[in-house]
Amino acid sequence: MTFDIPKRSFQFLTGPSGAGKTTLLRLLFMSLQPTRGLIRMFGRDLSQIPRGELPMLRRRVGIVFQDFRLLDHLTTYENVALPLRVRGKEEGTYRNDVIELLKWVGLGERINVLPAVLSGGEKQRAAIARALIDRPEILLADEPTGNVDPPMAQRLLNLFLELNRLGTAVVIATHDLGLMDKIDARRMILTEGRLDIYE
Amino acid sequence: MRVRPTGPILPPSNIQGNALIVVIAIMAFLACLTLGAVSMVRATAAGWQSQISREITIQIKPAEGLDMDRALQQAKDLALGFVGTKDGTIMDDGATARLLEPWLGTGLNLEDLPIPRLVIITIDEQNPPDFAAMRDLLALELPQAFLDDHRTWVDRLISMASTTVMIGTGVLVLVFIAMVLTVVFATRGVISGNRHIVEVLHFVGAESSFVAREFQKHFLKISLKGSAAGSAVAAVLFALLGVWQANSRATPESDQATALFGTFSLGFGGYLGILTTMIIIALLTTLTARITVMRTIDEIDLIRSDPAKSDGLPAS
Repeated sequence: MTFDIPKRSFQFLTGPSGAGKTTLLRLLFMSLQPTRGLIRMFGRDLSQIPRGELPMLRRRVGIVFQDFRLLDHLTTYENVALPLRVRGKEEGTYRNDVIELLKWVGLGERINVLPAVLSGGEKQRAAIARALIDRPEILLADEPTGNVDPPMAQRLLNLFLELNRLGTAVVIATHDLGLMDKIDARRMILTEGRLDIYE
Repeated sequence: MRVRPTGPILPPSNIQGNALIVVIAIMAFLACLTLGAVSMVRATAAGWQSQISREITIQIKPAEGLDMDRALQQAKDLALGFVGTKDGTIMDDGATARLLEPWLGTGLNLEDLPIPRLVIITIDEQNPPDFAAMRDLLALELPQAFLDDHRTWVDRLISMASTTVMIGTGVLVLVFIAMVLTVVFATRGVISGNRHIVEVLHFVGAESSFVAREFQKHFLKISLKGSAAGSAVAAVLFALLGVWQANSRATPESDQATALFGTFSLGFGGYLGILTTMIIIALLTTLTARITVMRTIDEIDLIRSDPAKSDGLPAS
């Protein structure tokens, strides 16, 4: 399969369960090395990048895991601020940005709450906010609407569209046809090792 | 909007962390206890050896026509004429009778029995006299005199003391190995329970050194708490036993304990050893944490090159 993800583009990655959507996302996120073929990202061949440089490249990619992967002992604010913290930034330089983003994703009232008391939709939005906080060039989201009801799914989709308008390329892996029908976007359909792209 | 003060990246306390503190405390306590015991045995053995080698004895056997008192005085003077002798004491009738009391009973009249008499000479341990020359001179001047430099006893005691210290050191080494392994495995267990944190940090772009540093800080705190508690309990125990022994001196219990274990006094060296043990445990735990975290990150990265290992993200 051959495909590219242009800058500022918006696309769905879909296909039946087991088709390899998550594997493809993992390859794009550099958490799985290709055994064959070539993946170029930000102008570089991923298989040739030394391990020490991977964290720097990952910082340019935002990822939303299907199971959220929030840290249970950190508040919503601390979870969202985590990528900035690991980059060694002082809290004073990002506190307002994090609070702004949390308000933007509708979690303004849940800033000091631990993940255990967040609903599925709130966790999903916190995970999305964490992926967006450092303004990634590309956002990879794995089944971001898998745990939420249709109104929340619509809200999250609007969030991704807004983000895309601000300049981030978005790849949403989903098999939710209803979600894909809501907007006219590029569709990449993965079936039995073949990728069909519908612009 | 107020935000709570930012908490540490690793949870400050959880069940695994608390269990690790207890494990480290127990191992530190056992290691310090063994260290203290070995140091006590070593000191006691050195004491025995020193006490017995500080003196020599001249034994004078009674003989026909021998003026015992004069012979005792002569032997003492002869011995004190040598360089390396300090003081001489003739064991008087009363002391000799007390010495024989366990075998011959009380009310002993020494005049009635041909009992050898003793002269005790204190010597300079650092600069002992020439025993061979002293022996030769005594044989020449006073054929009934026999010089006992306690060499046989000293040699036996040295060999017993070195065996005891060797056994103690062996036990200490075993306890330290057990401590190292326990601390290493317990630390690895706790990190494996926190693997999800390593993964999340890694995936949000943390460099390996940052993740390792966070875990090191966390485990240094845990290990310092545990090892300080264990070492402090051991030090206090020794101090209390020392106080008990000092206050119950000359009682049968204390005498028995002193005979068996020596004095429960560790001295500066012993307490320094306890402090060193505490620091070793803390460093060991921190180092294990670092190595384990780096290895965990390596494993996460290795999954990239081995598609058979697909843990991490759930499959679609």
